[in-house]
Amino acid sequence: MLGLFWEFHGGVRLNRHKELSSEQPLAVAPIPKQLIYPLQQRGGRNAEPLVAVGDTVLKGQVIAQDSHPLSAPIHAASSGVVTAIESRAIPHPSGLDDVCIVIDTDGEDRAVRFRSLKDFRRSKVPTLRQRIQDAGIVGMGGAAFPTSAKLNTGGRAIDLLVLNGAECEPYITCDDCLLRSWPERVLGGAAILMRVIGVERCIVAVEADMPEAAKALEAVRIRDGYEHVEIVKVPSKYPTGGEKQLIQVLTGREVPVRGIPADVGVVCQNVGTAAAVYAAVTEGKPLIERIVTVTGPGIAQPQNVLARIGTPIAELTAFCGGYTPQAQRLVMGGPMMGLALPSDELPVIKSTNCILVADLAAMGGEKQPMPCIRCGACAEACPVNLVPQQLYWHSRTDQLKKAQNYNLFDCIECGCCDYVCPSQIPLVQYFRAAKGRILAKQGEQRKAEHARLRFEARQNRKEQEKREKAEAMARKKAALEQAQAAAAATASAPTDKEQS
Amino acid sequence: MRFAVAASPHVAPTNSVSRIMQQVLLALIPGAFAMLWFFGAGILINAVLAVATALAAEALALTLRRRPLKPYLTDYSAVVTALLLALSLPALSPWWMTVTGVAFAILIAKHLYGGLGYNPFNPAMVGYVVLLISFPKHMTSWLPPSGLSDVSLGLTGAWDIIFHGQYPAGVDADAVAMATPLDTMKTQLGMGRSVSDIWTDNRFGVLAGRGWQWAALGYLAGGVWMLKRKVIDWRIPFGFLGGLLAISLFFFLMDPAHHPYPTLHLFGGATMLGAFFIATDPVTAATTVTGRLVYGALIGMLVYIIRTWGGYPDGVAFSVLLMNVAAPMINYYTRPRTYGHKP
Repeated sequence: MLGLFWEFHGGVRLNRHKELSSEQPLAVAPIPKQLIYPLQQRGGRNAEPLVAVGDTVLKGQVIAQDSHPLSAPIHAASSGVVTAIESRAIPHPSGLDDVCIVIDTDGEDRAVRFRSLKDFRRSKVPTLRQRIQDAGIVGMGGAAFPTSAKLNTGGRAIDLLVLNGAECEPYITCDDCLLRSWPERVLGGAAILMRVIGVERCIVAVEADMPEAAKALEAVRIRDGYEHVEIVKVPSKYPTGGEKQLIQVLTGREVPVRGIPADVGVVCQNVGTAAAVYAAVTEGKPLIERIVTVTGPGIAQPQNVLARIGTPIAELTAFCGGYTPQAQRLVMGGPMMGLALPSDELPVIKSTNCILVADLAAMGGEKQPMPCIRCGACAEACPVNLVPQQLYWHSRTDQLKKAQNYNLFDCIECGCCDYVCPSQIPLVQYFRAAKGRILAKQGEQRKAEHARLRFEARQNRKEQEKREKAEAMARKKAALEQAQAAAAATASAPTDKEQS
Repeated sequence: MRFAVAASPHVAPTNSVSRIMQQVLLALIPGAFAMLWFFGAGILINAVLAVATALAAEALALTLRRRPLKPYLTDYSAVVTALLLALSLPALSPWWMTVTGVAFAILIAKHLYGGLGYNPFNPAMVGYVVLLISFPKHMTSWLPPSGLSDVSLGLTGAWDIIFHGQYPAGVDADAVAMATPLDTMKTQLGMGRSVSDIWTDNRFGVLAGRGWQWAALGYLAGGVWMLKRKVIDWRIPFGFLGGLLAISLFFFLMDPAHHPYPTLHLFGGATMLGAFFIATDPVTAATTVTGRLVYGALIGMLVYIIRTWGGYPDGVAFSVLLMNVAAPMINYYTRPRTYGHKP
């Protein structure tokens, strides 16, 4: 384990509140009465349902799929009957409803037959890739990017696999719990991923205050002879667990703007993703469950729970002893980047690492924004080295071009600037709104451009038709005249002849 | 169960404008106490008068602008402005000067531009400069620091002079007024005397002016405390003091007889107050990391230039105001390189 790291700019030290959940053993949630699967698990296209209302489904059965390369199939997490395919509230920042498949479980948990692979070390790489794709695995750190797509590095030279166990958001301990409970699955997953990508070196990064996870990993590493894997403890600073920040801390390499980690020779995967890959390859098990941290002062028994994807949050919170009187805000994810949910009827999705319930005061609900005093604390805290005070100025006054010139779109919305702002200005909210307005404007421009092109095409077509019509008329006329002339000629031919 | 939604981050704020201002006020205590010790109760009267005026002016402006009173009166920014100005004024300034300066600072320099956060110029320094230009004689008559004069006014004596312009029996205006050490140095140098010769005057101490140097040390202590608490960033004071030290040392080494010791510049006049409390006003200063160093250094150099070749013995207020104008440009040209962008 190295003690030397590259620093990224900014970041903040947060109260971690990890002891709430990390000191409890991993609990296994019972089969919920209902499973809910939004067809949109992340931004982009919806998957197509492969089942109809009334169908009986088995655990592990594919219920929705999309042919798009940036999508992952969805599997039923238990057996039961499809009772609805309808529009419902989903855990998505838009707050809009979307189509969900609803399964009423039968409690029998009958499963399709999972096909295990005897020895992945001898399997062909395309076979492994296909397994990962078929298992519906997505990034489990929160972004839910399809893993098979991320493993497709487009021929770039990769020399390092990073497994991200640097769980830097407060409260969340699901990765810590996973590493302590199943270190062998994570390292097995690392070996598979290394084989798929074709790299010789892997770093598993954990935060400095996860000593037990590091110990568990180290023990398995030595026992099972993973020589090419290093276990590294990184400083507990937020957002060290951000993909680009972690790569910078570990390697000093900076992913170019609009680039991906593969551009600097790195593939980064969450440790949970690696464990899911291991299960998919060695047991043939699709991604139908994950560890979720259910925590916060609003929960009676905070703990880590192995929950089926699709489980309504209400059933999970009930399993954790229900709410306390402090339960005032429900957040999916951590306090810094998590999404506040309007209702606990929404389901756990593949990227749900944490269900956090807390009171408003602790979550900054009472902020009284004052004018910006340009103290620059935000710029000091920004991990991507932006100048938030300037971005705020331009975003607020709708000077969108200027905001873009100040690299608005490089903002990762980590919330560090918000956290340190003495004027308590909701900066990230301004930046999100400005981005939204710019994207909407660009969309409108594209639409307008499209409409213009269509209009011009129609104009051209009309003119063309007119021209063709006129030409046809002219041809017809010419033909007629010719015919008339010919007729006249034949009629008067003898005369002509006579004349000649 | 239903929950109210809000945008992330979901964390309680750790800091507030009022907390920052309160810490600035606390940090002013050692320097202010030294001033009080050496220049008497007039400092205290000025301070109370200035704070009262500032709060009244702030309340008036907020009412006229239909803004809520409470959050802005309790942000302590008006109090900081008032105290900075009060501590820059001569101890026996007539009351109407203090009131005029503070009222101008709050009403014109602050609220006319939009209030907290929007003023391009440091309000305290605007108030100071208005007084300096309008009433130059009053503004340059300082009391001799205690130990240099046998006149002891006490609270009532200071009160009578400040509010009624009445001097106690046997004391006339000239007995209590005296040029500042920086002023003395400048005038005497102009008369052809050498620095070491001028320094023999008993108004100079080890570092700078007697009394004055202690106030400077007090402000330095407060400033260091603010740096430790991260109330202010080190770059502006470091740039300011570094710039001033560099240029004063350069000229001192070139010609020690005609350029005072760098310590006079560092511990004389408003240098320390300016470096830690005035130039660091976030609203009017440069905000980028590099920009702050540049901003501070340029102020430090301007201070030297004005003190040496300008028309005034001290140049902190003018330098700060001049660089306030340049702050946006400094910000523009010192933008940091965003992650992932080419250098």
